Amino acid sequence: MHSEAAISVRNLSKRYPQAKSNAVDGVSFEVERGGIFGLLGPNGAGKTTTIGVLTTAVVPTGGEASIMGHDVVHDQIRVKQRIAVVPQRPNLDRSLLVREILTFHAAYHGVPRREREEHADQLLKELGLYERRNEKADRYSGGMSQRLMIARALMHKPDVLFLDEPTNNLDPQSRLFLWERIRALNEQGLTILLTTHDMDEADLLCQRIAIMDMGRILVNDTPAELKKLIPGGNSLELRVMTDQTDALTARLNALPGVTKVEVVPDTNPEAERGVTSFRVYAAEAGSLVGDAAHAILESGARVRDISVRQATLEEVFIYLTGKHLR
Amino acid sequence: MNETRYESSRTRLAIGAFTATLHRDLVVTGREFVQFLVQALMQPIFFLFIFGKVLPSIGLAAQGFTALLLPGIVALSSMLASLQGVTLPLVLDLGYAREIDDRLLAPQPAWVVAFEKLLIASVRGTIAGLTIFPVGALILGHAFAVRTDRIPALALMIVLTAATGAAIGLLMGTVIKPEQISLMFTLIFTPLIFTGCTYYPWPALEHIRWFQAITMINPLTYCSEGLRYAMVPGNIPTMMFGWVVVALIVGIALCTWAGTRTFLKRVVS
Repeated sequence: MHSEAAISVRNLSKRYPQAKSNAVDGVSFEVERGGIFGLLGPNGAGKTTTIGVLTTAVVPTGGEASIMGHDVVHDQIRVKQRIAVVPQRPNLDRSLLVREILTFHAAYHGVPRREREEHADQLLKELGLYERRNEKADRYSGGMSQRLMIARALMHKPDVLFLDEPTNNLDPQSRLFLWERIRALNEQGLTILLTTHDMDEADLLCQRIAIMDMGRILVNDTPAELKKLIPGGNSLELRVMTDQTDALTARLNALPGVTKVEVVPDTNPEAERGVTSFRVYAAEAGSLVGDAAHAILESGARVRDISVRQATLEEVFIYLTGKHLR
Repeated sequence: MNETRYESSRTRLAIGAFTATLHRDLVVTGREFVQFLVQALMQPIFFLFIFGKVLPSIGLAAQGFTALLLPGIVALSSMLASLQGVTLPLVLDLGYAREIDDRLLAPQPAWVVAFEKLLIASVRGTIAGLTIFPVGALILGHAFAVRTDRIPALALMIVLTAATGAAIGLLMGTVIKPEQISLMFTLIFTPLIFTGCTYYPWPALEHIRWFQAITMINPLTYCSEGLRYAMVPGNIPTMMFGWVVVALIVGIALCTWAGTRTFLKRVVS
């Protein structure tokens, strides 16, 4: 079973010296080969420590973890051979030229000279860095550094790629480019574990997501399943022209299957006068559209807009942890 | 993805990673060689010129002083070159640059990365020590004198001096925080330079016993004295050569052990 998974984590704990509590506290999860797995959580949740253990930079104080069947504590050389890490902050070798950063990285991993020269040129072209291959990396922009770190990570053809907050601090264009690359790499068979506190990113990229808080994994499921976690997670958004907010709230509450009705404060300063927004939570919000419209008309109000809204991961997160991500 | 690579043994992988790391450092050192030489030679050139040439010429230092000074300058240059070659880059790297992570993630144990740093720093120190000879000959002219019957001892001493600097450098580089750099350099370098018997022979201190005792804490003292034994013509009193070698080997071993420990603590938590 263990050798089947690309990443396997069992009951993992880490307590740093002099810390009062565990940074990672009994975490277990598996990432199958070829999967994209997201670790989601606020700062201090234990994501970086978990990645640290899996990339041999942190020694666990309890439990065990393995990469492609190799124990991360007892077989570090094999683990290092199989993994690649793209860290949060650029850590490019500034004494070398861009192309050398790639070729030396491959040399550290024992890739033969010809292979590493060819692979470096190929990756530099793919990532749009070939023209500037003979510069030093400190002239590179944030987005270019990120791309170069990804190229470096791929130089030794790893099986598992760790991306620590990959699109943090990137401009929207670089972010889209990166998302595309991550998907393409995954399609080529690379297993990817990424940490993020960007919910859209996790939703878009990950096949499975584990939400972490205070060193524990709260849930671990597909994005679609996670969104069903909020009771009455789907909701109906109503924008209504009315002056009898309370009466309408009561009418909506009385509809079958409704669990909760909220009046949503309108943050748009240009919002139409007299229009109130309601959010109606129900298990099957979509089937309520007709009833809701009917209730509004009966109350003498006029409908401006009705839409069915799915829960976002952000809401799931807030629901589970009681806190915002940032 | 590439199954054949997974067949090579762990030891071979580690040796490959070590060799590539060494190659990287040699390439970088070669590229910065002029800068390195300027850094390593500027101070010794002026010391040799002022203390070895000017002062004896105007009668403020005895003629024999130049011969005693030269080994001290070789020791100082060699030790500082290797020490600085590892300390400063390491402080910055571990403090925030983390460029070293690339090599820590290579398939080699983390202590090998520390060992490679020691090795390359020792090479730099050895080169710096050796360049003092032509430079000294040029500056001192007729006053340049080195005995040639103790070449093996001389070679051993230069390597030991460079290695001592590297080992101390590893320890310092892993202990000092980036924000403490300038203070630590003042607090460590100044006493190191002036209590290391570079400008005066150790046996001559017997009339200032307390100071002679202090100099014995400084590893540079043993380097200077060992080099005096190997370089100064004629029979001059020096610290016993055997003890010098033993003291340096013990010192290198201790600093390497402590430095590797602190290095591992900084890179693996």
